[in-house]
Amino acid sequence: MFGSNDPLDFINHIRDNQDQFWELFREHMELVVYATIIGLIIAIPLAIVTSRIQAIEKPMTWIANTGQAIPSLAVLALALPLFGIGFQPSLFALSLLAILPIFLNTLVGIKSVDAAVVDAARGMGSSDMQLLFQVQLPLAMPFLFAGIQTAVVQSIGLATLAAYIGGGGFGDWILQGLAVRNFPILLAGAVPVAVLAMIAEVSLGIMRRIVVPKGLTV
Amino acid sequence: MRYILDNPERVFELTVEHLQLVFSAILIAAIIGIPLGILISRVKWLALPVLNISGILYTVPSLAFFAILIPYTGIGKTTAITALAVYSLLAIVRNTAAGMNEVPAAAVDAARGMGMGQFQRLRLVELPLAIPYIFAGLRLATVAGIGIAAIAAVIGGGGLGRLIFDGIRSIDANRIVAGALMSIVLALLAEYGFSKLALLLRPDMRVKAERG
Repeated sequence: MFGSNDPLDFINHIRDNQDQFWELFREHMELVVYATIIGLIIAIPLAIVTSRIQAIEKPMTWIANTGQAIPSLAVLALALPLFGIGFQPSLFALSLLAILPIFLNTLVGIKSVDAAVVDAARGMGSSDMQLLFQVQLPLAMPFLFAGIQTAVVQSIGLATLAAYIGGGGFGDWILQGLAVRNFPILLAGAVPVAVLAMIAEVSLGIMRRIVVPKGLTV
Repeated sequence: MRYILDNPERVFELTVEHLQLVFSAILIAAIIGIPLGILISRVKWLALPVLNISGILYTVPSLAFFAILIPYTGIGKTTAITALAVYSLLAIVRNTAAGMNEVPAAAVDAARGMGMGQFQRLRLVELPLAIPYIFAGLRLATVAGIGIAAIAAVIGGGGLGRLIFDGIRSIDANRIVAGALMSIVLALLAEYGFSKLALLLRPDMRVKAERG
């Protein structure tokens, strides 16, 4: 069964189909990058507003936590009856799910800024905006970065599933490999995705250590 | 919704299958993960490599993980449970170790002063104090497991994912919605049910789980 006995045959499949490989790579990364950017654009202002308004902090946190418990496949699958098949419904689902970790981490970051530091900034005559951009956000950086890391790694996985609703990416080869029961095609999709996710996790971790000052590491 | 009302037996059957997948995986992961968590809280130099390796493994997307396992474990439940158990392991090891490290040194000293040996201390003092954390790990593993098990349907794992993928294949919104809704309900029940259970066991302690 499954075409080949040598698990490493997938390398040949990639070599023989290099154009398609890079096309799938591009589709995959487009989903991940766009979803993360949309997630950032929505989540950061949302976290700032939430950190300022006591009354909505609890419900917003509850919603985000509950959202994280929801199976991601369910979100992706529900995008299909709502928006049809293709790139856009996939991007919609991925963005929605990218908002959650970025929002929660940014909120925790802003909230964890020492009250004494906030007081000191106020005492020096900082306006609301100065307090936010010169004190709270810089100090929340390590958390924000952790949120982005989670969102990117999670999106790489979700983009794989997006192939099922026509989103493209490496999931296409996994899907095809399963359908025609062919190991090399299956692994030609699966191994790059696994490597991609691990590289993203490790490199964003390293980047976080470089960008974030030593005294601020969490 | 209509699909659930029209086919209650089928939905029930798939729900049971889904939970079987998740619970067998959690059981395996707990049997390996709790002792491993205790071990790395004792043998400090092991902690970093174990947590780092499991942390990196955890980032591998579940669909890719299933696919990579297929050459070794074939199509079906074995592959599904293996992958699920590996994912659950991370949450359980991490939280067990965190719980053990949170045990107040004074409590351990007191136990030692009362003449308790290694194993008595573990059984009577440290583990009971670490229970809320271990529970948090189990909860996290269960909630994530319910989500990942839905994906296992593509590699013949069965469960509610079958409704979702069959629905996608035949563009049948009713089935997609039925599968998605049921998996959401299960995940939320696990998320909030577990917290309630932990509070019943240890009403004095609330902890946040350490996500992966």
